[in-house]
Amino acid sequence: MSDTATPGRLHVPPTAKRGEVIEIRLLLQHPMENGFRRDTLGRSVPRNIIHRLAARYDGREILRAELGTGMAANPYFAFFTRATASGEVLIEWEDELGQKGSLKAPIEVA
Amino acid sequence: MELAGTALPLRAQQLMPTQDLRPLIRGVAGETPPRPGRVHIGLPQLAENGNSVPLELNVDSPMTEAEHVRSLHVFAERNPRPLIASVHLGPHAGRARITTRIRLAGSQRVVAIAVLSDGSAWSDEAEVIVTSAACLDEMSL
Repeated sequence: MSDTATPGRLHVPPTAKRGEVIEIRLLLQHPMENGFRRDTLGRSVPRNIIHRLAARYDGREILRAELGTGMAANPYFAFFTRATASGEVLIEWEDELGQKGSLKAPIEVA
Repeated sequence: MELAGTALPLRAQQLMPTQDLRPLIRGVAGETPPRPGRVHIGLPQLAENGNSVPLELNVDSPMTEAEHVRSLHVFAERNPRPLIASVHLGPHAGRARITTRIRLAGSQRVVAIAVLSDGSAWSDEAEVIVTSAACLDEMSL
């Protein structure tokens, strides 16, 4: 879990059969400030959302997303991939202030 | 966004304009309007809190090298910024199904567009009743 500017959780099944479709679940801790909110003093809270997110596994991209202000705070994603080889699922993201984060989890494919 | 600068009373929020999604849909799907089918949008009929509404997108596709979903797009016609997310998939996604959580600024129609590897575009939509809206409501807290 290198340079994790934003904490989060990544769930990948630890083992899978080759060819099996597996579910990956991701939960990031991020306010996803939409720029429409005001603080208690009435000042506008600047917009900052995770606008880019990508998932890679076995050297290939599974998913890449561009996110907007309509995504809920603490973004959650569940998606799928096909187990091809033992390796690592790597998630990388970046918010609009340029803060980057990543999470990874190993998978053993038999 | 002219609405962003001022704290609007609740009544005004209810009058959030319904935006024309067609130009936005053309931007992701091309000139041919998407046909209904293939993609399925899963949303609750009633959401108590617009700040976090569970959304599932599911496409009927074998997800092979030859035939897969290229991208999925979600629009909410009464959100200040209607494009919620664009997700690019490929044959390595294994199954064209995504679950996430979105914000809805009030009761509205949500539209999903799926663009497949053959270039065809498909759509589905759902009406959601939101009892406590996201985005603008937070300002009055």
